[in-house]
Amino acid sequence: MSQSALTISGVDKFYGPIDRGVHAVQNLTMEIDRGEIVALLGSSGCGKTSTLRMIAGFEEVSRGTISVAGRKVHTLPPVKRNVAMAFEGYSLYPPLTVRENMAFALKAAKLPKSEVDAKVASIAKLLEIEDILERYPSSISGGQQQRASLGRALIRKADLHLLDEPMGQLEPQLRAVLRGRIKHFIKERGLTAILVTHDQTEANALADRIAVMEGGVLQQFDTPDMLKQRPANLFTGTFVGEPPMNVFEAYVGTAADKINLRLPDGLSLDYDKDAFSGSVRDELLKRERVVIGIRPYAVRRSKDGVPATVSANQWLGDQTHIAADFAGGSLVLVEHDRTRLELGAPINISIDPKNLHVFDQSSGMAISHGMELA
Amino acid sequence: MEHTSLLERILRGIALTLVVIFFMFPIVWIFMMSFQTNETILRIPPQLVFKPTLANYTALITGKLTTAAGTLDIAFMRNLWNSVFLSVTSVAVALLLGVPAAYAFARHKFRGSEDIAFTLLSFRFAPALLVLLPLTLYFQKLGLANTYIGLIWVYQLICLPLILWIVRGYFEDIPADIEYAYRIAGHSWFATFRKIALPLAGPGIAAAGLLAFIFAWNNFVFALVLASADKQPVTVGALAFITSSGIQYGQISAAIVLSITPTLALALYAQRYLVEGLSLGAVKG
Repeated sequence: MSQSALTISGVDKFYGPIDRGVHAVQNLTMEIDRGEIVALLGSSGCGKTSTLRMIAGFEEVSRGTISVAGRKVHTLPPVKRNVAMAFEGYSLYPPLTVRENMAFALKAAKLPKSEVDAKVASIAKLLEIEDILERYPSSISGGQQQRASLGRALIRKADLHLLDEPMGQLEPQLRAVLRGRIKHFIKERGLTAILVTHDQTEANALADRIAVMEGGVLQQFDTPDMLKQRPANLFTGTFVGEPPMNVFEAYVGTAADKINLRLPDGLSLDYDKDAFSGSVRDELLKRERVVIGIRPYAVRRSKDGVPATVSANQWLGDQTHIAADFAGGSLVLVEHDRTRLELGAPINISIDPKNLHVFDQSSGMAISHGMELA
Repeated sequence: MEHTSLLERILRGIALTLVVIFFMFPIVWIFMMSFQTNETILRIPPQLVFKPTLANYTALITGKLTTAAGTLDIAFMRNLWNSVFLSVTSVAVALLLGVPAAYAFARHKFRGSEDIAFTLLSFRFAPALLVLLPLTLYFQKLGLANTYIGLIWVYQLICLPLILWIVRGYFEDIPADIEYAYRIAGHSWFATFRKIALPLAGPGIAAAGLLAFIFAWNNFVFALVLASADKQPVTVGALAFITSSGIQYGQISAAIVLSITPTLALALYAQRYLVEGLSLGAVKG
């Protein structure tokens, strides 16, 4: 008996003829454990929704297999897969009230009326839609429809709950509250959920693990912390994290007992050789060119740092975002205090080697994160 | 609130009146003619005041047409029944075939689906007279000439493409996810078609059916060539009023009034669906 709720192995999706059509999902392999919440994160057109729809059975799998709770399902019709889904476009049944919409699948499963009513009531309370249960989808707002649609999916007992952008239409305050409640609800009942989103805050808040996708390719599948600390490649590094990671191309050079990371505009980050761990140093010295990445939170201002010029300064109420022209590009740093810096003011920045992410210049694969090899 | 000046309202009223008169005049005139004898109809200048007579209607309903040259038998009531039977059956058959086909074309893009759909539409392009000659020969060979089945079959050329294309647009307007939501909740695709797609496309189907009914009802040339007297609809039957002793304008008018009544009543009743259905189906790119 496997603990796996969902196994996707070697799945390809082509729109159009196989091998010639649009390759929307490429050789995707993932394993999701029972009771886990997983987010598929990526920008539009990255293949995350295609993946979800293949799991649900609305899109054909061009190649590969999908198993739900140990059963191969990729050739079964949706009705036989035992999955529940909340749709991005809500897709409530117009002739039914919100209550009927939510109770629909339960009634079809021949549950006694008292039980159906109790379940609807508890989900409605969870999602704060008790007051609109008797209304029709056309007479409620987009946010309410979205919650009704989410409720319709969560109320069901299924091997897998698929949630496509489940909170995109909600107001920020409500979204924050519901995230917590929904996570609690899913965990309490031991449900397995897959969530598609382009909002990394949502992914971070809800998911145990996040699958970052881009161009139909799974970039990295890991916990939110690991995605931040050890991005597998340049894409994940720059995609995950807000504001995004600063990246610069650098030439690796040595002088005396220093390692120089030479940046454009004649700037150079100089480190003692001992500042790096042995293995990271060896990897660095093997290469001529690398891409270095540094999180905005890890950039420090210091008197003896490398010069930069302030190009924007925003106080967001709890932190300051400073953008600076640096090494032929732009660099963002975040400080927790309100910083008064005029536009055009010169600053000096320094980067602790412990916070430095190094990527291969041609493949974009991570080489090291701080003191450790990737 | 919309602000309109008095002048604007008066002008709008006049414009509307003109349009109504323009379109309604022929029908009103025919309606008046149906209560007159041939003599009063042909009087010059035409008279707005006349002594109404029900003779035309009596003649139609009894089937005895009295002319200067003697009494003729006409099968108008039979024709009317043929029209009802042919149109209703044709539309029913077209709905039965066309609605599932429209659903398939809307939801499943298979190889050549566009071509097949277009071919079906192209039935409407073919000039009826051009098709009729070979069709008549085939029908005579097959024993379908002058049968209801043969006529209903040919009427599919009129009804089927119409229903197929209008209803298809309507199905395409329904978000596929609603059907997916139903299917993933544990229903087969056929249940989804019956319980979700059909009710949601209901107004469109009603509109398409109604329009097809009107087209079938008004058809003339297919029935003229392929049907003999006892199978003819009113459109062809009306030719019987052109007699050797002159054209029976009064009876023709009465026949027109009787024959447009069913379609008019149906259209008035279903006006709302018709407008909604046609405009929704039509705006699809």
